[in-house]
Amino acid sequence: MINLTINDQKVSVQEGTTVLAAAKKLKINIPTLCNHDDLCVAGNCRVCIVEQKGARTLIASCATPAAEGMEIHTNTLKVRNARKHIVELLLSEHRADCTKCYKNQNCELQKLANDFAFGDHVFFDLVENKKYNIDRSSPSFVKDDSKCIRCQRCVRTCSELQYISAIAVANKGAHQKISSFHNRPMSNVVCTNCGQCVNRCPTGALVEKTYIDQVWDAIYDPDKHVVVQTAPAVRVALGEDLGYDPGERVTGKMVNALRQLGFDSVLDTDFSADLTIMEEGTELLVRLKKALVDGDKGISLPMFTSCSPGWIKFIEHKYPEFLPNLSTCKSPQQMFGALAKTFYARKRNIDPSKIVSVSIMPCTAKKFEADRPEMRSSGFKDVDYVLTTRELAVMIKQAGIDFRNIEEANYDSIMGDSTGAAVIFGATGGVMEAALRTAYEIVTGREVPFGNLNITPVRGMEGVKEATIKIEGCVEAWKFLEGAELKVAIAHGLVNANKIMKMTREGKAPYHFVEIMACPGGCIGGGGQPIPTNLQIREKRMKAIYAEDEHKELRKSHMNPDVIAIYKEFLDQPNSHKSHDLLHTHYVERDNF
Amino acid sequence: MENKGLTKVDLIFEKIDSHEVLAKGFKMSSDEIIQEMLDSGLKGRGGAGFPTGMKWKFTAAEKNPEKYIVCNADEGEPGTFKDREILDRVSNKVHGGMAIAGKAIGAKKGIVYLRGEYSYLLPKLMIELESFHKMINEIGYDFNIEYRMGSGAYICGEESALFESIEGKRGEPRNKPPYPTVSGVFHKPTSINNVETLVTAMMIIQHGAKNFIQYGTKDSRGSKVFSVSGDTPTPGIFELELGMTVQQFVNEFGDGDTKAVQVGGASGFCVPRKKFAETIIGFEGVPTGGSMKLFNSSRSMYNVLHNYLDFFTEESCGQCTPCRVGCQQLLLGVEKVKKGEAASTYLNELMKLADTMKIAAKCGLGQSVGNAFKSIVGNFKEEIIY
Repeated sequence: MINLTINDQKVSVQEGTTVLAAAKKLKINIPTLCNHDDLCVAGNCRVCIVEQKGARTLIASCATPAAEGMEIHTNTLKVRNARKHIVELLLSEHRADCTKCYKNQNCELQKLANDFAFGDHVFFDLVENKKYNIDRSSPSFVKDDSKCIRCQRCVRTCSELQYISAIAVANKGAHQKISSFHNRPMSNVVCTNCGQCVNRCPTGALVEKTYIDQVWDAIYDPDKHVVVQTAPAVRVALGEDLGYDPGERVTGKMVNALRQLGFDSVLDTDFSADLTIMEEGTELLVRLKKALVDGDKGISLPMFTSCSPGWIKFIEHKYPEFLPNLSTCKSPQQMFGALAKTFYARKRNIDPSKIVSVSIMPCTAKKFEADRPEMRSSGFKDVDYVLTTRELAVMIKQAGIDFRNIEEANYDSIMGDSTGAAVIFGATGGVMEAALRTAYEIVTGREVPFGNLNITPVRGMEGVKEATIKIEGCVEAWKFLEGAELKVAIAHGLVNANKIMKMTREGKAPYHFVEIMACPGGCIGGGGQPIPTNLQIREKRMKAIYAEDEHKELRKSHMNPDVIAIYKEFLDQPNSHKSHDLLHTHYVERDNF
Repeated sequence: MENKGLTKVDLIFEKIDSHEVLAKGFKMSSDEIIQEMLDSGLKGRGGAGFPTGMKWKFTAAEKNPEKYIVCNADEGEPGTFKDREILDRVSNKVHGGMAIAGKAIGAKKGIVYLRGEYSYLLPKLMIELESFHKMINEIGYDFNIEYRMGSGAYICGEESALFESIEGKRGEPRNKPPYPTVSGVFHKPTSINNVETLVTAMMIIQHGAKNFIQYGTKDSRGSKVFSVSGDTPTPGIFELELGMTVQQFVNEFGDGDTKAVQVGGASGFCVPRKKFAETIIGFEGVPTGGSMKLFNSSRSMYNVLHNYLDFFTEESCGQCTPCRVGCQQLLLGVEKVKKGEAASTYLNELMKLADTMKIAAKCGLGQSVGNAFKSIVGNFKEEIIY
């Protein structure tokens, strides 16, 4: 243990603890900006400077490990004056149009400026002299360099968490900026649109591209029938933007709020998540049969899940040779979209050209996905607008809905039913668990051999998880799988996905089926979720997801009555011709820069 | 105040038999070499002046078997050109000094990080390096040197940014601690020394610490090479004993009308005429990596300051706030004062900002911008305002 004093209070900490963390232990708050729990130390904003007795300069508390006998003071005149200068310097290169900014009230720089409440700004505004660029090219987010304070959180996110480095630091000195490869538009680089940078940007330099106004226009257009679907992870996070603590489930209130906003039909992406399990599970079993029984060398294994559009773009850029390994299933969002303008339109007797299909997603990459040219199999754009969890919260506030005090409500019928298996899509390992619950039962006629259907080995926050399921007692049709050991892996966060892909490229991946989610924690940590994010918050959301599953009457996708009905009435059976037309897709190779 | 007067010496460029000196050095133990350096009182010649013996001692104490000796030849300080001359004329002593340092700290690998603009020296240096490798092979000692080229960024002369650059990354200073002696290039224990320091170390092995301490003062032992430029009839490279006053220096090199000397380049200090006599050039007074720039009364100190601030605004890596934005504010601030768009009292605010940069910037670059700013504004305020 290391002993030191901070503001004359003694504290003992583990070796390697930063001065910042040691201060936190004493309930002493030191302001920070570039520091983020999910990222490595940068020490570049200098907001967290403190005075160390005997040191020539002030030290960055986030970047300095506590040392034996250190005497730290966090609030001396020297520290305060320097910190005031630093915050002012940051403000002088930042376009501070706060009241007009999308991040107003949720901006760490603004909070810092508020806390310090400087009245007397000494420095000149540098913004007008700079030729700042605003990049609106991405369908998912806007990058406004005039609000960037160069903390490099986004750069670290993109390289450390996502292994992409679509953005990096370019130029030096006064010209230093966060840029893409050769300053190309963000829509034309290796960016996966995952939005993890958006989640961690302390200012309004990176925000989602909003489609709120377009959705309001559709809602108020009497000619349009507006359907909305909500992704599993939204219901366990939306509350955070509406005054609740992380981990609160607000499903029923959310449904009611959506109805009050004026959506004509409030439906659930969980329905199409269940449908995905039927399609993807069948695809896996067919691939296994072809590979193991027919000896078809053309079958690509392991099969990778395809629900996460950030992951899809990652593999298209980085590992295009493995595109045949991707499940051909569309993501639940896009399955829903294709069915909304076909099956749903027919059931409700509505002209599909009059349907506007909106989805509420924890994700920014979904905005890109909805725009993909492949996603028009209904004959229209399958999903017209994608809103993030954050955007939904904005709409609820705009409409003046007293979220905390409204009643809970249920989803509408037709594509509104769901099972617990679908809900857990929102957490890493969830798709795998849902698939196993169904596939095991198809093959053996029995439930998965885990207590209360909880397949715990595939759960949790570990970056790469592995599990082996022995298949025994197969029903006649699947006898060829008798005694087989199904090897599965799960990765979340693209840096972990890359580990699996590297193994696959080296021929060292022994898996049959791999679930990959682009974002840390899965969709609960998606780029469209409430800000801030950190491991504790994601764990609370994850807990809520599994609680939602436990509370469901039906917990296996193949038991979903809406799913059973749609196969009977419309799709025939999983992987049918119609399914392939509407629910499956293909992928494209993209440049790696 | 110890004052040695101005004495020209010729030790650095003295031709020596490297083979003999190295054979002597390799016979010494690591501790003996380090002790010799500590006894000599040698301080780093790049400008910061960290005691070389201590640096080697710390690196030697590290357990990791893979260590590096890095020669900082990214001579980028405005007005400094002595390392270029040393590499051109006595690179055998640079290589030799690295091998001695390697022996002291337990490193088998040396890397010379050469300033991008000096690439024209490379063919000659490669020939020298080959004969050096041949020679230490003959002595039967295992040590290998390679060259890495810089690409023109001033910041890459900062030790940890230099490591990042060698590793193929963007040249940005790291957080310290850990210091290079613990985690340097490739995150291995590293001693990074200036070109001239290594040559001087070679010299100390050759002649002994006792001989070395006869030169210079208590705080600034030995002699060093100065790069003399500006308003002088005799610009060039001069090896001088440490411990002279600026006045003595100006008497030798000035043009009779010297009003200020910038000691230590853009990151150094400006000494005005009225302080020439009382200012010692050395670690007890104004330290320098070698850059000595003389200005006569025809020069506008506003232009001098503007030039330096322009330089720093461009050459800051941009990573930390005090340096990136601070430099821009200092530059814009003096421009506004000059144009009358800001009150002359605004200079006081800028002086305070310079103080903040000194204590809050991440690395030596940002921390030293205030040196030139404060000494020029402090001594030539009227030239900045009017």
